[in-house]
Amino acid sequence: MSFLGRLLRKAAATMLGTGLALGAFAMGQKPAMAGDPEPIKIGSFLAVTGPASFLGDPELKTLQLYIEKINKEGGVLGRPLKLIHYDSQHLAKKAVTFTRRLIEQDKVDLIIGGSTTGTTMAVIKLVERAEIPFISLAGASIIIDPVKKWVFKTPHTDRLAVRKIYADMKKRGLTKIGLLSGSGGFDKSCAGNARKLAKEFGITIVADETHGKGDTDMTPQLTRIKNTPGVQAFLYCGFGAPTSIVAKNFKQLGMTIPHYQSHGSASMKFIKGAEGGAEGVRLPVAALLVAEQLPDDNPQKKVALAYKKAYESRYHDAVSTFGGHAYDALMIAVNAIKRAGTTDKAKVRDAIEQTKNYIGADGIYNMSPTDHLGLDEKSFVMVEVRNGTWKLLK
Amino acid sequence: MLAEFLQFLFSGLTVGAIYGLIGLGFAVIYNASHVINFAQGEFVMIGGMATVFLMKAGVPMPLAILIAIAGAAAVGWVLARFGIETARGSTVVGLIIITIGASILLRGLAQVIWDRNFHALPAFAGDTPIQILGAALLPQSLIIGTALVLTMLGLRLFFEHTRIGKAMQATAIDPLAAQLVGIDTRRIVRLSFVLSAALGAMAGVLVAPITMTYANVGVMLGLKGFAATIVGGLGNPLGAIAGGLIVGIAEAMTAGYLTSAYKDAVAFIIILFVLLFMPNGLFGRAEVTKV
Amino acid sequence: MNGTRLQRYGGLLLLALALALGPLFLQNGFHYNVAILAGLNAIVCIGLNLLIGYAGQISLGHAGFYALGAYASAILPDRFGFHPLGAMITGAVAVGLIAFAVARPILRLKGHYLAMATLGMGIIVSIVLDQEVDITGGPDGMPVGDLSAFGYVVSGNLAWYTLVAILLFITVWLALNLVHSPVGRALKAVHGSEIAAAAMGVDVFHYKVLVFVVSAIIASVAGSIFAHYSGFITPDEGSFIHSIELVTMVVLGGMASITGSIVGAVLLTVLPQMLADFHDYEMIVFGAILMSMMILMPKGLVPTLAGLFKGRRS
Repeated sequence: MSFLGRLLRKAAATMLGTGLALGAFAMGQKPAMAGDPEPIKIGSFLAVTGPASFLGDPELKTLQLYIEKINKEGGVLGRPLKLIHYDSQHLAKKAVTFTRRLIEQDKVDLIIGGSTTGTTMAVIKLVERAEIPFISLAGASIIIDPVKKWVFKTPHTDRLAVRKIYADMKKRGLTKIGLLSGSGGFDKSCAGNARKLAKEFGITIVADETHGKGDTDMTPQLTRIKNTPGVQAFLYCGFGAPTSIVAKNFKQLGMTIPHYQSHGSASMKFIKGAEGGAEGVRLPVAALLVAEQLPDDNPQKKVALAYKKAYESRYHDAVSTFGGHAYDALMIAVNAIKRAGTTDKAKVRDAIEQTKNYIGADGIYNMSPTDHLGLDEKSFVMVEVRNGTWKLLK
Repeated sequence: MLAEFLQFLFSGLTVGAIYGLIGLGFAVIYNASHVINFAQGEFVMIGGMATVFLMKAGVPMPLAILIAIAGAAAVGWVLARFGIETARGSTVVGLIIITIGASILLRGLAQVIWDRNFHALPAFAGDTPIQILGAALLPQSLIIGTALVLTMLGLRLFFEHTRIGKAMQATAIDPLAAQLVGIDTRRIVRLSFVLSAALGAMAGVLVAPITMTYANVGVMLGLKGFAATIVGGLGNPLGAIAGGLIVGIAEAMTAGYLTSAYKDAVAFIIILFVLLFMPNGLFGRAEVTKV
Repeated sequence: MNGTRLQRYGGLLLLALALALGPLFLQNGFHYNVAILAGLNAIVCIGLNLLIGYAGQISLGHAGFYALGAYASAILPDRFGFHPLGAMITGAVAVGLIAFAVARPILRLKGHYLAMATLGMGIIVSIVLDQEVDITGGPDGMPVGDLSAFGYVVSGNLAWYTLVAILLFITVWLALNLVHSPVGRALKAVHGSEIAAAAMGVDVFHYKVLVFVVSAIIASVAGSIFAHYSGFITPDEGSFIHSIELVTMVVLGGMASITGSIVGAVLLTVLPQMLADFHDYEMIVFGAILMSMMILMPKGLVPTLAGLFKGRRS
């Protein structure tokens, strides 16, 4: 048989495969409609499913709810908002892929996202290189410290969380603690802050344990903490599904020392998932979670209650602080676009940085070139889980 | 000291029993068909996830568990009938790839039909621990241990005292001779998939209250079950259970005394060690390669 | 000049032409991104196919080598001041040595045992990358510096495309040479029947080790390039799933077909991007492709299609 023929056939097969792929690829793009005002594109990647879903799920629902609402009221600058969202599932690799896609293919005007510190940190280089405003919904202080030109965030930092927790421990006379943290970005940052700040509060970390990313059984680590002589309290730095597992294992081992977690556990799903293990756990949360228990003269109360009502009546699901982070991020972005009068990325970025006295679900924001969070500390409060719900501690 | 050791031992025996049950599934299929079923972990996942979602739909727990196990068994039958049988004559590599494909397909389906989140199953007998010398033993661990013993007794009865069980034994020893004496080996292969899917699903239900369950839970559990089989010697059911307990205890002790970071690596280090230095497992028999 | 040689060079010429014309079809940065990733996957798959298709040895752990290359390029320049090229070469040499060291015992295993051993090895690599948080950044990954050489920094889509295209071309050329050499013929014999080949006096084992090492080094270099291109890597690069994806590409395109590996890599890189809106179904599609290919077209796409063309003609 002829070798040339065989060659041609092979080539044809290759061309066929590649051609099909490229053709279908090109078809995926739709031409823009003439006439309608061009929408403002808000890109987003969140951990809607997977172990961090109790962060990403309410965040996405909040964005959808309010973008719909804003569009009904006439949009922003006379243009409708369009949400382009991908589920990054708490995977840094997916976050990178999707961010690239949001910037290069979808050509969004602004990005809100990164439910977790890990996914946020993974895309910072891309975002800075593309010069696009980016508001993260993740907790760790490393996101905004040092300040990055295009990166902002809305939740309270882990450093503040640790300070609140340590102050509460000090008040109760607890000085020797066992620390457990996961290997995620938030966990590491939070545990690092716990180690750094311990001295200042006269606290000694007598046991320091870590667990892996997919771990579903923390019994060995908790056993070691339980058997550490002199341990008086326990602190867990983490977020998402592991928070429930830790609380559940804690109870299963019959541990009774005071138990603290971070604002990475501020969801009813934490309480439910722990199956009773969350009872008595103390954590710092954005005041949104206990909005009803706030004094009436607190300016945040009205905003928090309005958000809570809108969210709960639409989704029939308890509100969490994570949705609150998304609400604040969207409002800060929308206000900035309005003030800038354009979607020009540099101007929007400047406008975000100039956010002043914005009263949000998480508290009152005053950003500046040196502070890309700008959230007051008063709105961050200690709560305890009692009878399966949050009780504000005085 | 003792309390700590006991605690790690309890947790090692508990997960070890689960690995053993999963390993048993590998052994049953391998004996009937010489296939290593890389989708074994997905049977475990189906058991746990189906039970969780049936209970969410209001089905009482015992019934939900039965339906989940039956469902997994049905999936096992489909895999044997349409995956393995239609690919008769495939190479070993081919069969491995088919079962890996089935594993990915089943996980994908689980993510779409159910979801990607973590789910807990309530412990069968509450989770108030029993204190033994300062260590906490969960009632669920006792249930898992009992289930393992009952399963072993049941399988023994099945293999030695029923016609079909004896036929499976005969096929395992010599498929050709079995065929010559009139045993329908295709039926045996299907039955082995059904049986091992049911075993896997049972392990999945038993372990769900301890480790939670999710669409990808089967990947690691399946691989560790396989480690159990390799340690015990491929195709040796009792070896698989012993292997499971060895892997489980080694893992718990590593996590407890050395580092919890490398807990998951223990099973694979054991696999490599056994493969390289005693390829027939700790209790296996030598095999002759056919030309 | 004999036929095979003309066929070989003709194929290379065609490949060069296709690669050169590529940019005409790429309309934006995102298209370039997909093309670059497809090229890198194709490079790894050609190496892996030498092992699976020609030598008949399965590896479920090749993503481990890929990840080691990637992390060498991320860690060495950052922590130890290596030149990026030096880091890439160090990574490749280290991976080559590791592959050589493990190849001898591992390749004595057969079938299931070999699959399991390579899988175990790959998983141990990904666990180490996951757990050595202080060095690798743990599950959240780490950033990677730029690739620079001789005062030139590779940046911009076209530059990366060109680099990957050249590497792909070199890999194909290397692979063709290997396939058509006496070694290659020995490899074919291996896949046919190892014992028969041994009886013919072919040092089967030696060749298996050689191919294993070569394919590992190719994976390592591709990993390094990917790390620099992406600017950020995570232990997922070394995951079991990634190993399976690579095997799927080889199987889909066709075992023992270099053209097939390119087709398989391109299809399975483009497909998930097209399915992005349906990414819930991505795994279902992947699993279904693997199963149905193995059952219906065990030889893979390219050899089967080529066979069809041939059948119609004669």
